[in-house]
This record gives sequence, C-alpha cells and structure tokens, in this order.
Amino acid sequence: MQFFLEVLIGGLLAGIMYSMVAIGFVLIFKASGVFNFAQGSLVLFAALTYVSLVEREVPAWLALLVTLLAMLALGVLIERVVLRPLVNRPPMTLFMATLGLSFIVEGVSQILWGAQVHGLELGISDQPLEFAQVFVSSFDLFAAATAAALVAGLSVLVTRTRLGIALRAVADDPVAAMSLGISLPRVWSIVWAISGVVALVAGLLWGARVGVQFSLSLVVLKALPVLIIGGFTSVAGTIVAGLLVGASEKLAEVYLGPVLQGGIEGWFPYVLALAFLLVRPTGLFGDAVVERA
Amino acid sequence: MSRWVVLVLLAFGFGVVPFVADDYLFSAILIPFLTLSLAGLGLNILTGYAGQLSLGSAAFMAAGAFAAYNFQLRVPGLPLLASFILGGLTASLIGVVFGLPSLRIKGFYLIVSTLAAQFFVGWALTKFSWFSNDNPSGVISAPPLTILGQDLSAPSGRYVLTLGVVAVLTLLASNLLSSQTGRQFMAVRDMDTAARVTGIPILRTKLLAFAISSFYCGVAGVLWAFCYLGTVEPHGLDLARSFQVLFIIIIGGLSSVVGSFLGAAFIVLLPVLLDHAAQGLFSGSLDPGNLENAQKVLFGSLILFFLIKEPEGLARLASVVGQRLVSLRSLRRRPSPRESAA
Repeated sequence: MQFFLEVLIGGLLAGIMYSMVAIGFVLIFKASGVFNFAQGSLVLFAALTYVSLVEREVPAWLALLVTLLAMLALGVLIERVVLRPLVNRPPMTLFMATLGLSFIVEGVSQILWGAQVHGLELGISDQPLEFAQVFVSSFDLFAAATAAALVAGLSVLVTRTRLGIALRAVADDPVAAMSLGISLPRVWSIVWAISGVVALVAGLLWGARVGVQFSLSLVVLKALPVLIIGGFTSVAGTIVAGLLVGASEKLAEVYLGPVLQGGIEGWFPYVLALAFLLVRPTGLFGDAVVERA
Repeated sequence: MSRWVVLVLLAFGFGVVPFVADDYLFSAILIPFLTLSLAGLGLNILTGYAGQLSLGSAAFMAAGAFAAYNFQLRVPGLPLLASFILGGLTASLIGVVFGLPSLRIKGFYLIVSTLAAQFFVGWALTKFSWFSNDNPSGVISAPPLTILGQDLSAPSGRYVLTLGVVAVLTLLASNLLSSQTGRQFMAVRDMDTAARVTGIPILRTKLLAFAISSFYCGVAGVLWAFCYLGTVEPHGLDLARSFQVLFIIIIGGLSSVVGSFLGAAFIVLLPVLLDHAAQGLFSGSLDPGNLENAQKVLFGSLILFFLIKEPEGLARLASVVGQRLVSLRSLRRRPSPRESAA
C-alpha cells in the first residue's frame, strides 16, 4: 500500500509537469485554433537560455528577466512571421507549420547554447519529506505549488482582465470579436507570448528535475495525450488529465510493465487517450468539437 | 506527368543508370531516394489524397521490414518478392488497426492514433526478441537478395530491384488515384458530409486509405531494410523518420505522385550538398553537431516557406517550369504571318 501510494504520488507530480506544458497548448488552441507542436521546443529554448545565462555568471534574477523578455519577443515574432501569413488555412497546415517551427527553435537554441546537458539549480532543496510513512520530494511539492499558482494566475487573467475578456471573445467568435474592434493579431501575439512564459516556468521546473537537454522538447509528446483527455479548451481539464496520465502511466509501468517486458510508459498514455477518444471525443471538460467522421 | 516523360525516365533508369553510376551513387543516393519516394507516396495517399494526417509512417515501414524478414526466415523457399508483398500486407493490417479511431476523429486529431502506432510498434519490436529471431543485438542482416536465381546483392542489383518495385507500385498508385477510389479519397478529404450524401461509405474509404498507404510504407520499409541498409533494425525507423516522410510530401507537394519523388530527391540531396558546401567553405572546421542543427533550421524554414508561399510544393514549381518550356516551344513554332494569312 505504501509503495502504491509513493508510485501514485510520484506519478501525479510528473503529471503536473505534463499539465504545465499542455496549458501552453490550450491557451494557443483556444485563441487561434492552432495546435502548437512547437510548445516543447519553446520549453527547451526557455530552459536552455536561462541556464546558459546563469552559467555565464549572469545573476539569476537578470537571467530570468532576459529569458522572460526573450520568450515574449519570440511569441510576437512567431505571430508575425508564421501565423499571420497562414490565416484562414486549414488546421492541418497550421499544425505542420508549428512542426517546422519546432525544428527551427530547436536548431537555433542548440546552435546558440550548445547541445550538452546542463544541470539546473533553482535553490530548492530536494529532500524527501515524510507524510504518514510515505515519502514525497519537497521539490515536487514546490513544483505542484508553482503549477497551482500559475493556473490561478491564468484564470484571473482570463476571467478578470480586459485582455482576458478579449481573449475569450476571440476564442468564442473571431469575426464578432473583430467587428468589436479587437485586434486579432494583437491577441494572438499576446497569447503566444503568455504561452512562452508558461513554457519558461515548465522548462525551469522540468529542467531542474531531469537536467536541461534536448529531451526537454520531447515532453510535447507527453502533453498530447493530456490534451486529448482533458479536452483541448479547458485549463482545469488539462490539469486533471495531466494528473491522470502521470499517475496511470507510472502505475501501469510498475504493475503492468513486468508482464509486458517493461518500457510501456512510451505508448501507454496514447492508448489511454485513444480509449478516451472512442468513448468521449470532447475530452473530460472540453467543449471543442473534435471533428467526427 | 505525360506518359512519354515517364517512359523516357524509366528507360533511362533501367537502361543507362545501372551501367554508368558508381557504388556511392547507388548506395548513398539512388536507393534511399527511391525508398523514401515510395514511403512519401504512401503517406501522400493517406494525407494528401484522403486528408488524414499520420505521424506513424516509419512505424509502418518498420512493421513491413520485420514482417518480410520473418516471412523469409520462417517460410522456407518463399520467393523474395512474395515476402515483400507479405511485409506490405502486414503493415497494411496494422495500419487498419490504428486507422480504426478515424471512425470518431479525423484530420489532424489522428496524429494521436498514428503516434500511438509509432511508439507501440517501436516498443514491440525492441522488447519482443521473437521479431528479431532472438538476436542479442537486435540488429539482423537482411536475407540474400535473389530473384529467379539472379543474385542482386551488388549495389547496382539492389538499385534495379528497388527501381523495379517502386516503378510498378507507383504506376498502380497513379492509376488507383485517378480511379473511382482515388476520387472517393479526395471527396472524403474535401468535405466528408458531401461525400456521405453522395453515397460514399466514409469509414470504409478511410480504412482503405489507411490500408493502401500502410502497404506502400511497409514495402518501402522492406526496401529500406533489405536494399538500402542491408540490416533490419527498428532504431532507424523512429519518429524522426516519420517526420522526414511528412516533410517529403510537404516540400514535394501534397496530393501529387510526382511531388513525392521530388520531395524525396530534395530531402536526400540537400544534406549531401550541405555537407559538401560546409566542407568546401569551412574545410572541416565546422562542428558536425552545429551542421546538423543548421540543417534542422534550414528544413524548418523550408517547411514554413513552402506552407506559406507554395502549398502545392515542388510539384507545382516543376509543372510551372514545364508549362513555361512548352509555351516557349509553341512560341517558337508560332506560324509566320504568311502561313496564317494563307
């Protein structure tokens, strides 16, 4: 039982990481209907930029600020160069464009900062804390708290600010929003900038856990089933789905893995997502009409 | 493309190239080009014509390669080409299984299903050693290539075999795509409601597209393993390869048979040219890792460029050039004033 709980909690905390990446997707998908495959490469770029600046003796706060500005600038640049010329093209084309974009971002960040693995120290202790004989890493708790704060911040932004209202208007009906004088390109660039910031947070936490290296960008492949299960448009659904995917894949690996020769973490979330698609194509909380046959 | 151009190209490919090209050209350029063209054609049938996006092409290639290997291994006296076909059919079966979710979802949501195929097939092939005949390294050499007593193991032989298979399958595909089936694919892609109303069975059409597409990818996988690498291994047929096949059809041109070939030629030749250029310019002082990254950036930019500026890819550029040439010729042949007066 104790072992089960430890696996479960470990999985839940890994799930939070998946959710953080997936939230970046949801923001962009809601506002512009673009399925952003490049989110993983943004996570890599953010973490790599921060860690390389710190390694070059830049003070941490300045490095954070510079990275933040870089992510904002990148978001605006992507809107200008990639999205604007592709307005009104089918979703598949936009998806393929973000695939190309992810190649560019990955290539550029490794040309700029090199391809070696960097350790990232955020100054948060990683000692295990004991709750009723179950060990939980304090770093993972910190990550969970950060994710919670991020979600709270985002929901305030979306529900309580002018920008958030504009954002929801664009998500709801772009044409009506446009006729009310909301500038679509502006909203899009803001959304890309925000999801760049989300990528930064995810990149720092994930990077501190597994080291900053190329495989960070592969986290996008974990975020995809999370999105399907959570529904493409709900931040809350993304969190729940992230927890579900994280917990179930770890449990499956531990309990089902030995029967199936192990290593099933790679495809298990996808099978789960497929099962969800067959039963509930809109996901847990999503209102996106997943196109049906 | 007109029939004459195809015939001339085929005559050149069979009659001239095997006698003039060297081993480097066969093994490093021509065979991978033809193999990837076939994989691109397979994906193009599914994505370009039937409108269902797939990120699992390499998984179907791997399935085909391993199936053909196992058929060769376990069925004594099986002709080589029969195992090619059986490999393709196995891949096609797996394709249909992972295409089943297209019952509920379509378009780019299918990447989930095809990514599942990609990870699952790769996992199964590495974890269960039966597939690789309990070989400890997981890398097994391909069986000898003999057809009707002819040994085709030399580079030129492998090239002729690859070209033959690719030519026949391409001919079949281009006929199929202009037949009723091909038009049904396009109808489903362009507007599935309208397609349904006109009486096209949507699910069956989609599954057929998956089956045919995976068959092509599977045979491409057999060629990749048997003729190009000479070894059967799952590692070279990973997600990166699936992306590469997708890039072939984006750059070459979606829903174009010729485009698959142009895209594959582009993707095989570009790294070679870049390598030569880098060696010439920096004479080896450039870090190979950086060269790879530069290649990534270049490919990414090309994808964006083609999607934004030329969604129909190289195929359209080629046809524009072709038309210009034709109109140039007719310009030269314009009747003189005296002729037109008479």
